[in-house]
Amino acid sequence: MDDFFNIDSQLSEDELAVRDSVRRFVDERVMPIIGQAYVDGKFPKELIPEMAELGVFGANLPEEYGCAGLNNVAYGLIMQELERGDSGIRSFASVQGALAMYPIYAFGSEEQKRKWLPKMAAGEVIGCFGLTEPDYGSNPSGMITRAREQQDGSWILNGAKMWITNGSTAQIAVVWAKINDEQSDKGIRGFIVERGTPGFSSRDQKGKLSLRASDTSELVFQDVRLPKDAILPGSNGLKSPLMCLTQARYGISWGALGAAMACFEEALAYSKERIMFDRPIGGFQIQQVRLADMLTEIVKGQLVSLHLGRLKDAGTFTPQQVSLAKRNNVNIATDIAREARRLLGANGILAEYGAMRHMANLESVYTYEGTHDVHALILGQALTGLNAFK
Amino acid sequence: MKIAVCIKRTPDSESRFKVASSATGIDETGLKFDVDDFAGYAVEAALQANEKGGGGETVVIALGPDNVQEVLRKAMSMGADRAIHLKADSLPSDGLAVAKALSAELKDQGFDLILFGKQAFDTSAGVVGTATAELLGLPCVTAVSKLDVSAGQGTARRDLEGAGEMVSFPLPAVVTIDEGVARPRYPSLKGIMAAKKKPLESKPAQLGDARVTVQKMELPPERAAGRIIGEGAAAVPELIRLLQTEAKVL
Ligand SMILES: Cc1cc2nc3c(=O)[nH]c(=O)nc-3n(C[C@H](O)[C@H](O)[C@H](O)COP(=O)(O)OP(=O)(O)OC[C@H]3O[C@@H](n4cnc5c(N)ncnc54)[C@H](O)[C@@H]3O)c2cc1C
Repeated sequence: MDDFFNIDSQLSEDELAVRDSVRRFVDERVMPIIGQAYVDGKFPKELIPEMAELGVFGANLPEEYGCAGLNNVAYGLIMQELERGDSGIRSFASVQGALAMYPIYAFGSEEQKRKWLPKMAAGEVIGCFGLTEPDYGSNPSGMITRAREQQDGSWILNGAKMWITNGSTAQIAVVWAKINDEQSDKGIRGFIVERGTPGFSSRDQKGKLSLRASDTSELVFQDVRLPKDAILPGSNGLKSPLMCLTQARYGISWGALGAAMACFEEALAYSKERIMFDRPIGGFQIQQVRLADMLTEIVKGQLVSLHLGRLKDAGTFTPQQVSLAKRNNVNIATDIAREARRLLGANGILAEYGAMRHMANLESVYTYEGTHDVHALILGQALTGLNAFK
Repeated sequence: MKIAVCIKRTPDSESRFKVASSATGIDETGLKFDVDDFAGYAVEAALQANEKGGGGETVVIALGPDNVQEVLRKAMSMGADRAIHLKADSLPSDGLAVAKALSAELKDQGFDLILFGKQAFDTSAGVVGTATAELLGLPCVTAVSKLDVSAGQGTARRDLEGAGEMVSFPLPAVVTIDEGVARPRYPSLKGIMAAKKKPLESKPAQLGDARVTVQKMELPPERAAGRIIGEGAAAVPELIRLLQTEAKVL
């Protein structure tokens, strides 16, 4: 879409180069196939090697682990472009980078980092992130999945995780569990569970009407014996998975804008082409207001994410700022997708166009990574000092 | 193999163009620029030739103001090893003047192969590659859609109207590239980061005299709206009459 607010002038040459390269990949490789992948309910796995080659997995992690070593603004722009294609494509990259590679990078031993990160950057090993459980969604501190340390130092893991993106595709799962007899969330630690470990199984979540071009699965752990070094030694309490979520949410604040941009572009083009009452519908005031509102919200969202990215690069951003950005940008994107769908009339319900697919996808994005409501409560607590969760 | 690729910075071909107030060029405000399309194919051809040959060096060269460094870095992010910027305040519209500066840079550098796009999107002149070959006294093959090079020898395919032509030539040589060779790769994100550390040498261009200058640039006239004569077979005689008498195409 046209850069109405000349935001590109605030991006460096590298950041623009990264954005343009991913943009071209999405235009050429994702756009032509994504409508059908969505209808078929399949993540287009054939894109994994190309995404790896491009370097989108863990792109803001250091080069010494085989990653691109980009700054956080460039990383955000990648998420924006991927989600311009589809939230499922962006989710795949978010989970791989921010939720599977990041915890290994942040909490893993040097050995774990060297073993897994280069292969994950290369797309040879896919990861997933298991935090949510059937009975513990917004409140993961209540989780019942448990890892018990054995005399020989190994672990026995029991429990189940639900709604896990990449859950059936992944070769490794980063699983969060309480250890031994810990009751409080201070006892939550991360474990790397490899596919094929006896007792570990996964099952595709059937019947999704949103994020269809994405693998969402249930993970089950039944007396799964894990080696001593399966634990992420630096992980320590609920704050560890929350740190991962902060990374991913930051990317989502950009990603949602990508979906909104795709919907806006589609609606704008359609408004100029579709003739009704002898003129393009874009000539009617109602549609012009619609388009003006969409553009305004996109521009505001872009400025929020860009500023947040600069704060993140400066090392001064807070999780509460990320909550504000995720909450706002996903919310405006859901509205924009719906308005775009309406502007398209009957065509707007077809998979041939993107608006309804994005609209349905964004309902998942609205719910995962902290629901819209939960982020309001995080902001509320930051403002009032009063904790609504307790 | 040591390969040079001369690349031009041109506006995105899907832009909407306006004539600049000088009336001798386009208005560049708001336009996006990139490596010229055919030059992008030439970069890809060079990278593939060196990958296949198991090594070598790919050097990209661009002539123009400082902004051409963008396209040099883009080519390096695709995989070129180093870049040379021949600095000039503006780009002369005389292709021979440009060819003189390029050949002054290219001669005696030991290049086995010198690639160009077959023409640049913005001028469609197609002069610089062939003129450079002439100035260097090298064989020149134009509009190549497939290229194979190995020890001292090259073969190329040229797509003609309704036929293909296979040619062979000794190296060193100048080849101008058409689309058809593999699509230019996406610069990978690591490539973009690596490009920042690759050498980019900037020096004044030794331009030749520009004897050709653009006097005026204009956009094609707007097409008049079509006219519907009638429908079905009954309208055919009137249509033929108008095509003969008014449009004078029959
Ligand atoms: C497609 C998809 C992919 C996902 N991928 C992953 C993944 O990879 N890994 C992972 O661990 N999880 C994943 N999730 C799970 C996701 O993070 C949870 O669905 C989310 O945290 C919400 O939990 P819940 O669905 O149990 O909703 P609940 O927590 O049951 O919430 C239901 C409703 O109650 C509201 N609510 C909850 N608590 C409060 C409160 N205190 N005050 C006011 N309102 C409240 C919520 O906002 C919501 O509207 C995914 C979900 C989806 C849909």
